[in-house]
Amino acid sequence: MKRFLPYIAVAFFASVPLWLQDQYFLHTLVVSGIFMLAAMSLNLLLGYTGQLSLGHVAFFGIGAYVSALTSLGFSVSIFGFQITHEPWPPVVGVILGTLVAGICGYLIGKLAFRVRGAYFVIVSISFAEVVRLVALNWVELTNGPLALPGIPPLTIGFEWTGYATLWGKAQNYYVVLVAIIIAYVIIKRLVYSPFGRAMIALRENETLAMSVGISVTKYLVLAAIFAGAMAGTAGGLYAHYIQIIDPMVFMFLNTVTMVIMVITGGKGTLAGPLVGGLIFGLAPVVLRSYVGPELQWILYGLLMILIVFVLPDGIVPAIERWFGRSSGNADDQRPLTLETSKAPQS
Amino acid sequence: MDQLLQHLVNTLIMGGTYALLGIGLTLIFGIMKIVNFTHGELYAFGAYMMYFFAVILGMDFFLSIAFAIVAGMVLGAAIEFTLLRTKRGADIDTTMILMIGAWIVLQNAEQLTWGGIAKSVPSPLPTEPLVIGPISISYLRAMVLLIALMLIAGTYLVINRTKLGKAMRATFQDSGTAALMGVNISAIYTMTFALGSALAAAAGALLGPVFVIAPTMGDLASLKAFAIVILGGLGNITGAAIGGFILAFSEEIGAGYISSGYRDAMGFLIIIIVLLFKPTGLFARSERIG
Repeated sequence: MKRFLPYIAVAFFASVPLWLQDQYFLHTLVVSGIFMLAAMSLNLLLGYTGQLSLGHVAFFGIGAYVSALTSLGFSVSIFGFQITHEPWPPVVGVILGTLVAGICGYLIGKLAFRVRGAYFVIVSISFAEVVRLVALNWVELTNGPLALPGIPPLTIGFEWTGYATLWGKAQNYYVVLVAIIIAYVIIKRLVYSPFGRAMIALRENETLAMSVGISVTKYLVLAAIFAGAMAGTAGGLYAHYIQIIDPMVFMFLNTVTMVIMVITGGKGTLAGPLVGGLIFGLAPVVLRSYVGPELQWILYGLLMILIVFVLPDGIVPAIERWFGRSSGNADDQRPLTLETSKAPQS
Repeated sequence: MDQLLQHLVNTLIMGGTYALLGIGLTLIFGIMKIVNFTHGELYAFGAYMMYFFAVILGMDFFLSIAFAIVAGMVLGAAIEFTLLRTKRGADIDTTMILMIGAWIVLQNAEQLTWGGIAKSVPSPLPTEPLVIGPISISYLRAMVLLIALMLIAGTYLVINRTKLGKAMRATFQDSGTAALMGVNISAIYTMTFALGSALAAAAGALLGPVFVIAPTMGDLASLKAFAIVILGGLGNITGAAIGGFILAFSEEIGAGYISSGYRDAMGFLIIIIVLLFKPTGLFARSERIG
């Protein structure tokens, strides 16, 4: 049964646009899907290497801005040199956004992984804030707080097939669905590769991992590259779907949303960010008729606190514990850990 | 030259409140090993309490400051009591997520209670600035600096000259041994969090009348406090005090000579540079980082 669960889920979600009439709901699903993609990338760092990166929105925003600027074109002068860029197709924009975000992941990884714990968290926040302030103040390039409007939607196709422009919600829905499937497969392969085992070893006990010859910086930086690039893809998809971006995309609350998705679903599990993403992506739709935005955020905050107290491992591990015990699955997604639960010492 | 002099005076004034913020945060981290994301919200809370006492209840300006500080202390103690007490000894990420949750709750509760429109507190002091040669200082800002320095000195005395301070320092060095020597660790933790929160609220109550009070004011305050604390080294109180002035100075210089849009970026650039070259902070003896 468990083996077929991913296929059933994919088949179900692929059928959604066929029967769902509510366009607003479909829109919410697309946006949640994009955030789920970002949350999956954050899970690589937070769940598998155990590094709480609170600047993840920076990669998302960089992907969005790079992709938007590539497809819109720009003209800036840097130190007297005039740089003009003609618009390129949006798909190239998303690819470039992914690459640039990955490169930023490398640079920030190199810088930030010199420190751990609280220091790392604060460096990651600072990085996101600096990027936000640059997006806000480099008006010539980013249009500052006036936002970048009119970002073209994605087009797919080749010269011999003709191009299709993805204006509709349903088309974008499928793009995001495919992106999530690809990301899922990539992350699954990563996690079960020697690289994934190295990451988990670092999470569980860094000193011990080092002593058996795992290069700490190398693996952490690699994880940051993958996580950054994947978040960049999500940002690019976001820019071409929403078609307008402003520096608000770097809001800290966006990072918080990703973190909540990961820890609610279950950090360090493949399905966790997806489950958490669905819950928190759709919660606003359910809540909007009852409560205002402030109260909604208050509920988010309270839920975050509640999860730490009630389900410190998240929903997916709890469900697995519930069902997994009887079937004795060999396919446990959480590899053997030194400390299986992070319960507080009392 | 005159301009530089004016920047230096501004540095002193902002630096005083920044130091308050930083000392509060570093105390909490040093003793409790908690990265306190609610710190900026306590700062905003102090400012709103100032507004509540001084404007809504129409109380005396200075009395309002004192009440706002006490209110911050009570809220801090309440946060520690409800969220952190049972999670003592949990790993740092767990408490960090708790604190982020509390931060979101507090900020949106402020927005819900007070509305999004910025509030201002009128100052009872003369609005004419005091002009000394090329420099001008408003009386309000000079008063802010004075009170901030008094609070810093008071905190220093509490930590270094009282029995409570001795217990706090003992807990900081080794909580297990301190407990064996009869220090009530739980009480120390609550008091530390309350004291740190009171300092943040004090900074808010002092700067509230200088600027305007808005629900999101706490975000930047939190991040600046982190910058200050990293500068001085996490848990280093003297370092945090000096760090406050360094951050104020670099912001003044950054805003005055580079671009005012990047004023708030200076703190983060400082964090990144310090961690690149001296990860333990400028004033720390060698210690483990992380």
